[in-house]
Amino acid sequence: MGMSNFLQQLANGISLGSLYALLAIGYTMVYGILRLINFAHGDIFMVGTYIAFYSMTSFLLPWWLSFLIAMILTCIFGIIVEKAAYKPLRNSPRISVMISAIGASFLIENLAIVLFGGRPKAFPIPDMFNKVVKIGNVSIVSVNFYIPIITGILLLILLYVVNNTKTGMAMRAVSKDYEAARLMGIDVNKIVSFTFGIGSVLAAMGGIMWGLKFPNLVPLMGLMPGLKCFIAAVVGGIGDIRGAVLGGFILGLGEIMIVAFLPSLTGYRDAFAFILLIVILLLKPAGLMGKNLTEKV
Amino acid sequence: MKDKRKILTIISLILFVILLFIMNRTFDSYEIRILNLCGIYVVLGLSLNLINGFTGLFSLGHAGFMAIGAYTSAIFTMSPELKQMNYYLKPIIPIFKNIQLPFLPSLLIAGLMAGLIGFLIAAPVLRLKDDYLAIATLGFSEIIRVVFTNTQSLTNGALGLKGLPKYTNVWWSWGMAIGTVIFMVLLIKGSYGRALMAIREDEIAAEAMGIDLFRHKIISFTIGSFLAGVGGALLAHLLGTIDPLMFRFLLTFNILLIVVLGGIGSITGTVISAVVVTVLMEFLRVLDGTMDLGFIRISGIPGMRMVVFSALLMFVILFYQRGIMGTKEFTWDWILNRKKKYTQIKG
Repeated sequence: MGMSNFLQQLANGISLGSLYALLAIGYTMVYGILRLINFAHGDIFMVGTYIAFYSMTSFLLPWWLSFLIAMILTCIFGIIVEKAAYKPLRNSPRISVMISAIGASFLIENLAIVLFGGRPKAFPIPDMFNKVVKIGNVSIVSVNFYIPIITGILLLILLYVVNNTKTGMAMRAVSKDYEAARLMGIDVNKIVSFTFGIGSVLAAMGGIMWGLKFPNLVPLMGLMPGLKCFIAAVVGGIGDIRGAVLGGFILGLGEIMIVAFLPSLTGYRDAFAFILLIVILLLKPAGLMGKNLTEKV
Repeated sequence: MKDKRKILTIISLILFVILLFIMNRTFDSYEIRILNLCGIYVVLGLSLNLINGFTGLFSLGHAGFMAIGAYTSAIFTMSPELKQMNYYLKPIIPIFKNIQLPFLPSLLIAGLMAGLIGFLIAAPVLRLKDDYLAIATLGFSEIIRVVFTNTQSLTNGALGLKGLPKYTNVWWSWGMAIGTVIFMVLLIKGSYGRALMAIREDEIAAEAMGIDLFRHKIISFTIGSFLAGVGGALLAHLLGTIDPLMFRFLLTFNILLIVVLGGIGSITGTVISAVVVTVLMEFLRVLDGTMDLGFIRISGIPGMRMVVFSALLMFVILFYQRGIMGTKEFTWDWILNRKKKYTQIKG
């Protein structure tokens, strides 16, 4: 296990971590505002990837246009999911909303199996993402550079929107206190839609880059990443965007490093996230960046 | 009056057993299989309803406990020759190599094993609430599945176990189902059940009334896991084949669906919806195959069944949240009072 191998794995880990971070942000923002685990988020990610796939292979559009279309359509799709499955239950007990979220996820998955077919599809990779870059004796596929860069740019835009615009301020207000925000004249439904829209755009971009890195599309591809990214959001401290990014990177790097340095545990790779989750929940239930709140009677 | 109801219960039980006997004689093997599935889903639905519906702990870990039950009983019921055949890549751990037990003890061990694991998991996890509890239990069931995929010499890994003796028949599945219903009714009517429901309604108030929250939650979770293990074992010996992929989140979701449709916190509702959902799932199979309507042939779309099924579920959640029964239960008073009303009107 030399230095070059380590650097190669590090690059892999960082790009996987970036993808997890992008998805985790969607979970954390929705949870921050609605206190709801958006189980369908992983499926929105899958839908985004399939839209990009079909616009490249069936409509033969250039890749950048396909990615743009995928982001726009996925954004609309995410908002529709919210309006159809979550909005009618705004005042219901949390268990009902959660079951509705699981149901929505289940419905999207099954629709995808019927519409897209259950057989795996190969995501076409534009040449620029598939070059092998050699630095010294470390060879890294170029997509591993693009993923963190694109993620970084998206993150900066997101943080700007959340911290410096009026809509962002309204988002923060709703997540602090839903009722009070409404009383202050904030159109909560609009903010919720906006949040779902942003989360879905990030999920679509995450899905496309996921396709570039792991070009194997199946209708259930969003299930595992979805669960793991929710865990990443919890580990970082749910409701906190920086926490979600941190959690995503811990998870991505952790998974890659386990496989790289403890090959005998490769089969347990998928369990890593869940073990991490349980350890964090027991030691620091509010997550790494979260604040501990005591329950008021 | 009370005796009258007891007699009615016993009479209807006897009638039901006779009905089972007739069905067992007249149904073909496919129909009997569905009948068995109904019974098993009654057990599984009730066990999840005990945790989710009556105690208000949102657990999503049922598939994991079923996996434990299924694998435990499979290891004990397989004959040594069958074990040798199944574990051809890596031999089974020597202690289990020559063990073979009849179905009943295996079933019990399966339940106890699932209950034990449930108990061990409950202690740390039940400190969490709501969504966190849901995700943590889901996490545990995934961990169990990943472990089972990797412990080749215990579970045969991803290859699964094939050719298990098909012990589960109508008497086993419905015997367990009836037993579980009786147990649940006694539990819910007793002081434990009332304590559990108090916890569901308001934890802080329940604690103030002197209910030991942690202990009751653990009891409920452990009993639920025990029953899930038994259900899993019954399922394994009905299907004859098990592998780790069977026990994915989807399985938990199916059971959750039964609980939600029946009404979260209703024994009667769960029993009705377990039967309805199982039969409906089979009925919807028509959608996957080609339909011949005489003048027109509709070629089925594989997977359409599940789409219709999940759409149906969304419809129920969005527009009919209480499910079939809400939190109500069937009592003989319904029938007796209606009769009384009828005679009053007549008289």
